[in-house]
Amino acid sequence: MNNFTYVRATTLSDAVNQALTDRKSTFIAGGTNLVDRLKVFLDEPSQLIDISRLPMQSIETLADGSLRLGALVSNTAVADNREIRCNYPLLARAILSGASQQIRNMATVGGNLLQRTRCPYYYDTAFPCNKRRPGTGCPAITGINRNHAILGASEDCVAVHPSDMCVALAALDAVVEVVSPQGKRQIPLADFHRLPGNMPQLDTNLQLGELITGVILPPLSFGKSGVYLKIRDRASYSFALISVAAAVNLQGEQIQDVRLALGGVAHKPWRATDAEAFLVGKSANAANFTEAADIALHSAQPLPHNGYKVELAKRAIRRALTVSAQGGGIV
Amino acid sequence: MNVTLTVNGEQHRLTIEPRVTLLDALREYLGKGGSKKGCDHGQCGACTVLIDGQRVYSCLALAIMQEGKKIVTIEGLATGNTLHPVQAAFIENDGFQCGYCTPGQICATVALIEEVERGCASAVTPELHHPPVLAELSEGEIKERLSGNLCRCSAYNGIIAAVQQVIGQQPPSPLATVMVSESKDNKVS
Repeated sequence: MNNFTYVRATTLSDAVNQALTDRKSTFIAGGTNLVDRLKVFLDEPSQLIDISRLPMQSIETLADGSLRLGALVSNTAVADNREIRCNYPLLARAILSGASQQIRNMATVGGNLLQRTRCPYYYDTAFPCNKRRPGTGCPAITGINRNHAILGASEDCVAVHPSDMCVALAALDAVVEVVSPQGKRQIPLADFHRLPGNMPQLDTNLQLGELITGVILPPLSFGKSGVYLKIRDRASYSFALISVAAAVNLQGEQIQDVRLALGGVAHKPWRATDAEAFLVGKSANAANFTEAADIALHSAQPLPHNGYKVELAKRAIRRALTVSAQGGGIV
Repeated sequence: MNVTLTVNGEQHRLTIEPRVTLLDALREYLGKGGSKKGCDHGQCGACTVLIDGQRVYSCLALAIMQEGKKIVTIEGLATGNTLHPVQAAFIENDGFQCGYCTPGQICATVALIEEVERGCASAVTPELHHPPVLAELSEGEIKERLSGNLCRCSAYNGIIAAVQQVIGQQPPSPLATVMVSESKDNKVS
């Protein structure tokens, strides 16, 4: 690690002002991804601004029935929350499927949103990487790309977003609250992360000095049916090859509404809106789920080593939709 | 910078650079070598300690951020010459071979028990509303809940037997566990 300075923020405005005063500074909360990156010099901040003691530690119900997760609530506390287990089980399941208990205890809601790709070429500073050093090239495109993106990638970057939590948040139409000296703003989760395009160094649309204060989960009448299916190389403590967050609202046999989001396929959590639109009004049966899966992967462009992800994603979608249509539970 | 760390009930005033991890502070500044540096990247669990009762990877925590928190390491679990029940169970069940991952495994198990007692679910819990109690914690649950601690000697059967014993279950012998778990795993997957 480079030898940064350290300051403990006492208030939100103190934190954002510190960030604007020293533009090479970085916020730290749980630190599970940041400290790891610091160790291999992926990040070399001049200063760490410790926000871990700021009052953003609670989960509260808002007047409109939304649930607001403070940015510093631990991943463990989100998964253990009674409301989330009851009304947003796919979020609890997504978080529990990610990392290990030790990481989930340390990691925060805000930090999970900001974790960076685990593309091995990004992590290994011996390689060029457009995300790490813009303009140097992407060795993953011609290298070992079994874990990389099949949707929404660019000629400059084929990395995938590693978060499970964010896939669930995408399905739930979550909204990210941020604060800056200019005031507060809300960013729908769908617009929070970016596709790589020709600026893969930018993972999110956060602006300089903006700090995440919380995540809002709008009420979802059929949230109880939500499921999260994660497929990976080993049974636990591994990133997703493919993951699916799904929730189906059935009226008899007919689908009234549906949410479908994929992980492990793109540079951001991938909401399958075309497949959702197809399913609304259709019967919940294998043929329609199969067609929805085909639609969701219609624009897939696999790399030499990750063609398997296309079929795997389709099957995972079918299974997740099937289990959700039966009322949800463990997939 | 100056920081006061509370480790195993004792306060230690240190002058350290902000980049010193809690693991390095424990090992290099406080002479507490029980917590081990395996991968140093939060992938192996050998550095697991408890902060305010929660298990964490001390290699991913900065020491400077731990002011005022209660840190417990493997050195703080025994009471005098009496081992913590989890330590005793690991010995009785051959829950290790080389021993390098053991402090982390034991700290993780201490936390695991407390997590089950307060109703934490896991990725393999069938019903989120009904997280298992200790008496019915399955082998699959134990494996999932300890997946953040690797054992390169692969003493997992002894580790699982140790956990089963300490939570009041009747573990089969580690040798028997090998055969039992293989047949169970085939059914689960």
